[in-house]
Amino acid sequence: MARNSVVSRRWRSEKMDGFDLSPPDEQVHVLAVDDSLVDRKVIERLLKISCCKVTAVDSGIRALQFLGLDEEKSSSVGFDGLKVDLIITDYCMPGMTGYELLKKIKESSTFREIPVVIMSSENVMARIDRCLEEGAEDFIVKPVKLSDVKRLRDYMTAREFRVKNQQVGNNNNNNKRKLRESCDLSSSPPSISFSSSLLSPWPSPPSSLSSPTSPSPCLSPSPSSSSSPSPPILSYSAPCSPTTLDSPTRRLKMSSSD
Amino acid sequence: MLGLGADRLRADMNRLLALLFHQGVLDEQFLQLQQLQDESSPNFVSEVVNIYFHESEKLLRNLRGLLMDREFTDYKKMGIHLNQFMGSSSSIGAKRVRNVCVAFRAASEQNNRAGCLRALELLEHEYCYLKNKMHELFQLEQQRLLAAGVRYPMQN
Repeated sequence: MARNSVVSRRWRSEKMDGFDLSPPDEQVHVLAVDDSLVDRKVIERLLKISCCKVTAVDSGIRALQFLGLDEEKSSSVGFDGLKVDLIITDYCMPGMTGYELLKKIKESSTFREIPVVIMSSENVMARIDRCLEEGAEDFIVKPVKLSDVKRLRDYMTAREFRVKNQQVGNNNNNNKRKLRESCDLSSSPPSISFSSSLLSPWPSPPSSLSSPTSPSPCLSPSPSSSSSPSPPILSYSAPCSPTTLDSPTRRLKMSSSD
Repeated sequence: MLGLGADRLRADMNRLLALLFHQGVLDEQFLQLQQLQDESSPNFVSEVVNIYFHESEKLLRNLRGLLMDREFTDYKKMGIHLNQFMGSSSSIGAKRVRNVCVAFRAASEQNNRAGCLRALELLEHEYCYLKNKMHELFQLEQQRLLAAGVRYPMQN
């Protein structure tokens, strides 16, 4: 799917009263790495039900093969031509651990931009810290739940918009007012019509990300939007959107069920 | 008439599930699996659980094989099997099996062979119980769907 046509399709289908985020026209392609077949089946289903394309492999080596990292290829296109948008990997694997895979990916100039999420059944702070320090986007304590995947999905959607906004911004000289006015123009870059609520509530609970009634300074026709305090969508060029998701410590399961 | 049969079977299923939750055999992760089952993947739970059974029995055989060996010293290998077993059990919500694995692993880390043997027996017992109950559950589900007049692919 050509990016341009998909984006313009989304613009046309976008609703003014809410956020037409699902199902997304362009699916996020996730590379899932886990040596356990049970876990692969589960994560595959979790991702598919959350509207992601999934490629599941059983080892770090295979993951690198799929990415083309073990050969001298310089594109981030996998064997079947699908770009990988997110890598989610188990930590404990025979051969190459998830941590080692993470390092290999972050060392690669082609792939280091791809967010990597680590999963582990062990809730060990030192391990979590080490992974985050190495550049992991997030750390999920197993068993992985639908809410975990939904959070990842929302993060990926917002990240996509943020990237598009940055591209747009570079073209529009970062002029805030020009962007806001161009909301109404069909010729304007469609991605900015998607509300700041995608980008803003990183510190707030994930539920606000999916709420279709979140406030939308950009979409609101009322003039009051101009006086709203620093609508995040306009600060796309600033590093306001954290590259990490919710603090992992929030999701650390305190083994309450044990 | 058919509808009544389906309803009664559904009630039986719910009762069995409630019992398993109450006994701590299953936890909420099993419910999560059920949420992942829908028209596009109507056999998801039984597929995953069957994979789990297949893998678990292999792991149990390996564990027993290791412990039956008189010259056994490779507790590290045992730990690897146990981690796998723990992981997959937790992924399907098999809480009690997982908890026994935790105790088993502790004994293994202490190189406590007797403790490991006891844990293995308990593990085999818990696993058998879980497997029987899951089969019961899937059978009820099959019958319920038949009673409700739905065509359903038969599991092996």
